[in-house]
Amino acid sequence: MSNAGERASAELLRVDNLGKRFGGFVALDDIALNVAPGERLGLIGPNGSGKSTLVNCICGTLRNEQGSVHFDGRKLDGLTAHQRTRLGLARSFQLPRPFGSLSLLDNVRIPLIYTVAARGHHHRAAAEVEEHCIGFLREVGLEAKARQRPRDLTQVEMRKLELARAMASEPKLLIADEAMAGLTHSEIEDILALLVRLNEQGVTVILIEHIMRAVMSFSRRIVVLVSGRKIADGAPDQVMRDPEVERAYLGQ
Amino acid sequence: MRTPLFLLISLAIAAAVFAATIALGNDYVFFAGYVVLQYVVLSTAWNILGGYCGYVNFGTAAFFALGAYSTVAVYKLIEADELPHVVPMPVLMLLGGLVSGVIGLGMGYLTLRLRGAFFSIATLALAVVLETLVVNWDFVGGSRGAYIIRPEEIAPLGNYIRYLFLIMLLLTVAALTIARLIERSRLGYGFATIRDDEMAAEAAGVPTLRLKLIATTISGTLMGMAGAPFPYYIGYLQPDSTFALDYAVNSIAMPLIGGTTSWIGPLIGTLLLGSLQQIITVTISSAVNLLIVGALLVAFVIVAPNGIVGLVHTYLQRKPEDFVGRRRVDADAAEPAP
Amino acid sequence: MFSFDLLINAVVSGILIGGFYAAVTCGVSLAFGILDIVNIAHPAFIILGSYVAYIVNATFGFDPILTAVVMLPAFYVLGAGIYQIYYVSFEKRGQESLRGLAFFFGLLFITEVSLVLYFGVDYRYVDAPYIGPTWHLGYLDVPLRILVPCLVSLILIAALQLVLTRSFIGRAIMAVAQDQLALRLMAVDPIRIKRIAFGISIATASLAGAFLIIIQPVEPSVGRQYIGRVFAICVLGGMGSLPGTVIAAMLIGVVESLTSTFYGPSWAPAVSFGFLLLTLAVRPVGLFGR
Repeated sequence: MSNAGERASAELLRVDNLGKRFGGFVALDDIALNVAPGERLGLIGPNGSGKSTLVNCICGTLRNEQGSVHFDGRKLDGLTAHQRTRLGLARSFQLPRPFGSLSLLDNVRIPLIYTVAARGHHHRAAAEVEEHCIGFLREVGLEAKARQRPRDLTQVEMRKLELARAMASEPKLLIADEAMAGLTHSEIEDILALLVRLNEQGVTVILIEHIMRAVMSFSRRIVVLVSGRKIADGAPDQVMRDPEVERAYLGQ
Repeated sequence: MRTPLFLLISLAIAAAVFAATIALGNDYVFFAGYVVLQYVVLSTAWNILGGYCGYVNFGTAAFFALGAYSTVAVYKLIEADELPHVVPMPVLMLLGGLVSGVIGLGMGYLTLRLRGAFFSIATLALAVVLETLVVNWDFVGGSRGAYIIRPEEIAPLGNYIRYLFLIMLLLTVAALTIARLIERSRLGYGFATIRDDEMAAEAAGVPTLRLKLIATTISGTLMGMAGAPFPYYIGYLQPDSTFALDYAVNSIAMPLIGGTTSWIGPLIGTLLLGSLQQIITVTISSAVNLLIVGALLVAFVIVAPNGIVGLVHTYLQRKPEDFVGRRRVDADAAEPAP
Repeated sequence: MFSFDLLINAVVSGILIGGFYAAVTCGVSLAFGILDIVNIAHPAFIILGSYVAYIVNATFGFDPILTAVVMLPAFYVLGAGIYQIYYVSFEKRGQESLRGLAFFFGLLFITEVSLVLYFGVDYRYVDAPYIGPTWHLGYLDVPLRILVPCLVSLILIAALQLVLTRSFIGRAIMAVAQDQLALRLMAVDPIRIKRIAFGISIATASLAGAFLIIIQPVEPSVGRQYIGRVFAICVLGGMGSLPGTVIAAMLIGVVESLTSTFYGPSWAPAVSFGFLLLTLAVRPVGLFGR
C-alpha cells in the first residue's frame, strides 16, 4: 500500500518550535517532534493537553502561529489541509466527522478519487475503485454496512469508519486520534492488529490514545504532552518511569 | 442512463414541448412559458451552489441582471435595430454568461474562504453594489431604465417571442444536463462532501476552495445566460425590478421545495411553484404571490427538508436508481440518496 | 462644491444616524455576532416595530418610543418562539447553514408581504413633539427627530452592554457562544439561554422600529435597505462587540452621509454594502474583532 519510489530520509515528520494560541490561551508551546519513517509513535497526555490541536496544526486544519512542520522533506507552511493529505499525511478525527449524506462506501471512496487519483500513479477503473473501498471497510469490519449511511452507525462503528477513510488515502503517515475509545477488548485487538499490519506495509503510524495497554504494546516510542508542552519523549518503559510523567498524567 | 442518451431524450422532449406550444396557437403561452423556463434555469443554477455545496446565494438577481445588462450594453453599442441580425441571441447569451461567470469567480475568490454565512451575506451585498453601479451608469439607462426594441418577427418561426422561448428551452435542457452530469461525476461527490462536512472534506483530500469556485462560476454563468435574452423579452429594463429580491426568493424556494439533492428537484419545484404563482396572480393578486412563496418555503424547510423529491422517496420507500444518480441506499432508509 | 458648513453637517448627521444604526444592528450583533444565528429577517421585525408604533400613534397619539418600550415583552416572546422553531427544525438537525438561512429569508418575505397586504404600500409616519423642530447651533443643523432616537439608541446599547457584562444571564449568553459544554456542567441549559438571547434580539427591533419611523416615513420594503447595512456594521464592528458596533455604525453613517452630500444620494446604498464586501475580503474579524 505504500508508494513506490519513496525516498529514505532520516525523518518523515519534523515539527519545530510549534506554537498555537487561541486568544490569550496557549494551546501549544514550543513543541518539537521527529518521526522516522516506519516508526510507531504513541502520543499520550491528559484531556486538554493539546494532542488534537497538535494534530490539527500538523495536518493543516489549524494554522500555527509559531514554528514549522516538515513532512517528507517539504515545508508544510501555507499548504492547505487537502494539499497535505495529498502529500501522504492522513488523520482520523477524534470526534467522527462522516459525510452524512453519502453511504459508507462513498465515504471511503472520497479519499480514493480525490487524494490517490490526484497523485496520478496509476489509473483505476470504476469497478476496481469500488473493490478497494469494500476492502477498506472489510479491514475495519464494516463491510456489511457498505450501502448504509453513517446515521445508522453506532459511535464505535463511526470511529472505525474514520479510520477506514484515513487509510483509504494511502498515506505515508497515519495519525489515529483516539480511534479506540469505547471499543471492546477484542475490537481493540483488531484495530491494533490492523495498525500493525499497516505499519508492516510501510505506513508510519502515530497513535493517540488513553488506553495505556494499547499504547504500550503498539508504540516503539512514546511522547507525552501536558498542558501544551512536551514533557517526555523516549522508549515506553523509560517514559512510564519518568517521575514528571507519573505526576502529571499517570497519577491521575 | 448515460449522459448522451439523457441529452437526446431531453432534446426530444423539448422539441415536443415546442411543437405543442405552437399548436396551441396562442402566443401568450410562449410568454408565460418563457418565464417558467427562465426560472427552471435560475433554480437549477442556484442549486448547483446551494443544494449540492450548501452555500446559499442571495444574489441571484445580480447574476441575472449582469446577463441582462450585458445585452443592453451591446445593444447600445451597436445600431439598435440592426442588433438581432448583427449579434445573434446565442452569442449574447454566451457573453452574458461570461460576464456573470467572471464576476461570480471574482466574488467567490474574495469570499469563499470564509464560512458559508459570510458568503451568503456577501452575495446580498454584491447585488446592491451592482444595482447601484447600474443605476449610476447612464450608458445603460441608469435609473430611467433602458428600452429594447424587440423585432416583430423572425423567420421561420413567426413571432419573435417564439424564438426567445426556443432559446430558453435549449438553455433549460443544457442546464439540466449539466446539473445531472455534475451530480454523477467526481465533482458531485466533492460538492456533497463540502455540504456535509467541509473540514473532513479537506482532510480527505478534497480541494474545497477550488470546487467551490467551480460551483460559483458554473452557477453564475448559467444565471447570466438566463438573463441575456431578458431585455428582449420585457422590452423595458429597469434596475429596480431587475435586481429585485424576488428573483432570490424564487430561485431559493423552488429548489428547496422541489428537493435540493437532485437535478430533478429544481425542475419539479419550478413547475409546481411557477404554475401556482401564475394561478394566484391571476385569481387573487401578485402580492399574495410572494406571501405564498415565503410561506411555502418556510413550511417546506421545517416539515419536508428534502423537498418533494424527499417526500416521494419516503412514500415509495424503494431503492432510488436512475433519477437520483448511482448512489444507492438501504431499502429501509427514509431519506433519499444524494 | 465644497463648503465647510456642508462638511460639518454631513459629519454630524452621519454620527447621529450612526447612533440609530447601532440600535438597528445591536439585535444582529447579539443573534449573529454572539449566537451565530444568521437572522436576515431582522430588518423585517424592525419594520414590524415601526408599524406597531404607527398604529398606536395614529389611533391613540401615544409617543412611539414609549409604545415600543411597552411592546418589548411582546417582541421578546415573538423572538423566543421563533428561536424555538429554529432550534428544533434546524440547529438540532445540523441544518442551519442552508435551511435555517432559507427559513429566515422566508420569514423576511412573509413579514414584509403581510404588512403590504394589511397596510398597503403608502408611506406611514408618526407624530411627536420632537419630530418637527431643528436645533440651530451656529452653522450646525441638528434635527431633533434624528437626535432623540440617537440618544435613546445609545442608552439602549449601554443598557444592553451592562446586561451582557454584569448580569448572570448576560454572561451566560456570552458563555454559550464559547463553550456550551461548560454551561451544561454548570446546570444551565444552553438552549434556554439562546432562547432568551434571541428574544432580547427581537425585542430590540421593537425600539429600533420606533426610532426608524421617527426619523423617516416607512413602508414595508424599507427593510431591505437595512439588510446589508446591518450585517456590514455587525461584521465591521467585530461581530459580537457592542462598543464596536456603535463605532462601526457611526463610521458607516458618516461615510454614507458624506457620499450622499458630495456625490449624490443614488450612491449611498453602495457604501455600506461596499464596506461589507471590503471587510469580508480583507479583515473578516472586523475592526474590533475577537
